[in-house]
Amino acid sequence: MSATEDTHDPNRRDFLYIATGMAGVVGAASVAWPFIDQMRPDASTLALSTIEVDISSLEPGMSLTAKWRGKPVFIRNRTQAEIDAAKAVKLEELKDPLARNANLASDAPATDEERSAGKERENWLVMIGVCTHLGCIPLGQQGDFGGWFCPCHGSHYDTAGRIRKGPAPENMAVPVFEFISDTKIRIG
Amino acid sequence: MSEGHSTYTPKTGLGRWVDARMPLPRLVYDSFIAYPVPRNLNYAWTFGGILSIMLVAQILTGIVLAMHYISDTTLAFGSVEKIMRDVNSGWLLRYLHANGASFFFIAVYIHIFRGLYYGSYKAPRELLWILGCIIYLLMMATGFMGYVLPWGQMSFWGATVITGFFTAIPLVGDWIQQLLLGGFAVDNPTLNRFFALHYLLPFMIAGVVVLHIWALHVTGQNNPTGIDVKSKTDTVAFTPYATVKDALGMVVFLLVYAYFVFYIPNYLGHPDNYVLADPLKTPAHIVPEWYFLPFYAILRAITFNIGPIDSKLGGVLAMFGAIAVLFFVPWLDTSKVRSAVYRPWFRLFFWLFVADCILLGWLGSRPAEGAYVLMAQMGTLFYFAFFLVIMPVLGLVETPRRLPNSITEAVLEKNGGAGGQPAGVAAAPQSKG
Repeated sequence: MSATEDTHDPNRRDFLYIATGMAGVVGAASVAWPFIDQMRPDASTLALSTIEVDISSLEPGMSLTAKWRGKPVFIRNRTQAEIDAAKAVKLEELKDPLARNANLASDAPATDEERSAGKERENWLVMIGVCTHLGCIPLGQQGDFGGWFCPCHGSHYDTAGRIRKGPAPENMAVPVFEFISDTKIRIG
Repeated sequence: MSEGHSTYTPKTGLGRWVDARMPLPRLVYDSFIAYPVPRNLNYAWTFGGILSIMLVAQILTGIVLAMHYISDTTLAFGSVEKIMRDVNSGWLLRYLHANGASFFFIAVYIHIFRGLYYGSYKAPRELLWILGCIIYLLMMATGFMGYVLPWGQMSFWGATVITGFFTAIPLVGDWIQQLLLGGFAVDNPTLNRFFALHYLLPFMIAGVVVLHIWALHVTGQNNPTGIDVKSKTDTVAFTPYATVKDALGMVVFLLVYAYFVFYIPNYLGHPDNYVLADPLKTPAHIVPEWYFLPFYAILRAITFNIGPIDSKLGGVLAMFGAIAVLFFVPWLDTSKVRSAVYRPWFRLFFWLFVADCILLGWLGSRPAEGAYVLMAQMGTLFYFAFFLVIMPVLGLVETPRRLPNSITEAVLEKNGGAGGQPAGVAAAPQSKG
């Protein structure tokens, strides 16, 4: 059987078979894509929004939560004790040694300074308040390290928002932000 | 055993006319009237029928609820409250639907454990078992999406956590999560697509149920002895014997279901889901619906990195693995004997496994702290050991008890050997081996 198949000349039927098959495959793929594509976030959702937050009312030890891209952003004016506690931690003790700070290089170490708003403003901590485990909102000033505690699956973060214990893999993310004045932050 | 010898003979002219053109009455007759079933089926075998009526009940109540529900984040919560307060009989339909989901899962768990106990997954019923696993997966997806629709706190945060599983996948995880959510967080696009899929999936379940029953009717039912049907005396006709037994099982099951619907309709739910979803506030304890709790405990048990796999991916893999392992059970069990009735060691480990699943379910409802974490880790270890170590090894080392020669012999032995004894006397002491 295969002998005859191998030797027979290509004819119109072979051409139709291949052409129809190809049209079917390409057609199915190109029709499938819009069905998948419609599920992705649309341009209005993707448009990177920017918010400005007034932080003048925050005394040391106070926090506020701003909503950015549908997610909470924690802004905390940390006390000296919290800063000292975070500084005292050695990098080797950290589960995630990277700063996860969008304002810095991706390999920046997770020191307290690199996590915070920087040298002059080390008391300010700005981060996306979403647990890096499965997306819950951690509770502030709770847990074994006096930072944040995620009630969903028991992740403990320290006073610099670094993961210390529990299932979360990364430190809480620091978004792109800048101080546009001493009392105002622009996020995004 | 069903094919080849249809005994259907249409009695009327119209019956013969239909039979020659589209023999649906013949299919029904052969499948649900004359169909031979083993004579020793016990009440554990009634749950297939119970599951069928629960699926129908869920589809009917669901379609009616969809006529009053609005899948918009600003209106969904209110529309559910409107169903509860204003829509005529709306409270009843919603409680039937919400509790129906729970009772659907109660029935499916009994059905699955029955299959495990009596070895119903073994050759030649592997595909039957796998189709059942697919139905179970579809049920879980349907149940999860249905729980999101009322747009309460547990809806929102359950959806956040479960879609968060996909961010554990390296490289493409975030892209997949955004594809599922239609945004950066659970929001209106998420609610709308979940509603559409929640409406679709039950019909896909119905489709796979047809395949499941088809596969069942090719191989025939397993039975408590696990011995193949060998002669006509081993079986009875589906109708009236199985029909009546199934119907009694259904009535008792529906009574319990009705008790929950009318007297404790929120017992299996969570009060936080009567609080409107708030994207900025996570409830103190996020717990999924009770039927997901064992898997939730397994997810949370992995708190440590395993080599290159971080704890988050590890937890997600363990959780999906706990379901995926079910698909391989037909090949993990190496024993030639099907029924646990004749396998003393397997029976012991089976009941330990049942206890382990209940323990994990309880741990899933506890906060993920302290001793609970350690207990969940032990429970998870036993869960996987049962499938991956105990099942394969027991089949090789266990000495099964003597098997009866046939189902008929087993039934007669159980009834005291000699005939003529009243059934009540015979069924007495040592009948449970």
